[in-house]
Amino acid sequence: MIDRNLPPVPRLGRHPSRWRLAGTPVVTVMLGSMLTILPVIAQSPAMPPFGLLVLLAWRLLRPELWRAWVGLPLGLFDDMMSGQPIGSAMFLWTVMLIGIDAIEHRLVWRSYRQDWLIATMAIIFCLAGGVFFARITGGGPVKLLLVAPQMLWTILLFPFVVRQCARIDRWRVMA
Amino acid sequence: MARPPSRRPGHNRKAQYSLFASYVVAMAGAAIALLLIVVAIFDPTGFAAIRTGTAEITRPLSTGMKRTVSGVSSIDEVLAAYWRAGSQNVGLRRQVEADRNRIIEAKGIAQENARLKKLLKLVDVDSSALLSARLISSSASSARRFARLNAGSWQGVRPGMPVRAAEGLIGRVHTTTPNTAEVLLLTDTSNIVPVRRANDNVPAISTGGGDGSLEIRALAAGRNPFKPGDLLVTSGIGGIFQPNIPVAVVVRVQGEIAYGVPLANPTKVDAVVVERAFEQIVTRPDPGVAATSDPNGLAAGNAATP
Repeated sequence: MIDRNLPPVPRLGRHPSRWRLAGTPVVTVMLGSMLTILPVIAQSPAMPPFGLLVLLAWRLLRPELWRAWVGLPLGLFDDMMSGQPIGSAMFLWTVMLIGIDAIEHRLVWRSYRQDWLIATMAIIFCLAGGVFFARITGGGPVKLLLVAPQMLWTILLFPFVVRQCARIDRWRVMA
Repeated sequence: MARPPSRRPGHNRKAQYSLFASYVVAMAGAAIALLLIVVAIFDPTGFAAIRTGTAEITRPLSTGMKRTVSGVSSIDEVLAAYWRAGSQNVGLRRQVEADRNRIIEAKGIAQENARLKKLLKLVDVDSSALLSARLISSSASSARRFARLNAGSWQGVRPGMPVRAAEGLIGRVHTTTPNTAEVLLLTDTSNIVPVRRANDNVPAISTGGGDGSLEIRALAAGRNPFKPGDLLVTSGIGGIFQPNIPVAVVVRVQGEIAYGVPLANPTKVDAVVVERAFEQIVTRPDPGVAATSDPNGLAAGNAATP
């Protein structure tokens, strides 16, 4: 069966460049983190953390792509772009990736729903942890309820982001 | 989908070591990140210099986008203005006629005021405004409320300086990079502003709610003196904010706390004004020397800033 909407398959014997294979996911996560440069002056934590969403999507789509330490450089970049204290996303993302590795060992069969469940737990962990770190580093009495709406639509947005990552992934592996 | 095989390296010794090493690196990195946060507990602006690179690189992008969308944010107001435009026009005309006389009166009073001040030999030069700039982006995904200002230390912006718009107070400068500055918005949960009620000087403390509202606590013990509709202005206590900058209007009172809404909406204001800290203006050591050597009075002001 031939899908007319599919882009042309790479020609036989040709492979995508290494930069494209390894660099595309990193660049997309960084672009997700960089969405905070949009000229919006938010009055509440309204924007979903797109860097985290894209990272999760890649991690669950392509488990073999990254080791857990990739959370360190990507988290550092996210901390530089978001208003969180430096080290916040670095710590949370790395711990989250180690946690996903541990869960993956125990789950024998995993489908889309389990992925979404894992992502939900990871998002709640990262956003709650972000609030905690903002609180202890001079942020005043930040309530957890403040990020509850952000949590909700970040979780609801996850399937969409996975779809887009899968689309980019198809482009990535086809030279 | 079955379990991905790649996490179990099997009998390949090299792969086993590599996997183990990756976890060691990840754990060590996470520990270092925790250490950075512990440092940030004691010195919240300590690692702000790390942000310099990204802030400077993304500044032109944000500025360019801001220029293109600055009209969009007020489009609702533009559309709403068409609603009943005719009757509104007549009403506004009458208002202008009535206001014209008041303005003439006010001009007369201002002149008389200046003359009287001259008689008293009071020199009252308002040198508080440093520069005006735009807010170009913000920490939209974080629980903290920062906005990025399109001017930095090269333009004379220093941490602690108050930032205001024509409508009212916006916040104060938190950290600076050469060409940008992070502004701690009024609504951030750690931004505490001493305020007073505009008409009868009841002192209070305004704290951000994090969600665009302010929590206002009266300093006097006892019954909450505020009621919806009260206008709050800065009191000048603390030496950062000048007195009489409009801050908020009270919308709801609940027990000991009154909830207010800021008068200046950072999403809608076009440009903001960075001012010198109030204390630097009133306690300038030698106004004569500062005025002749440095027309902006910058040198005297900066010497006091950490």
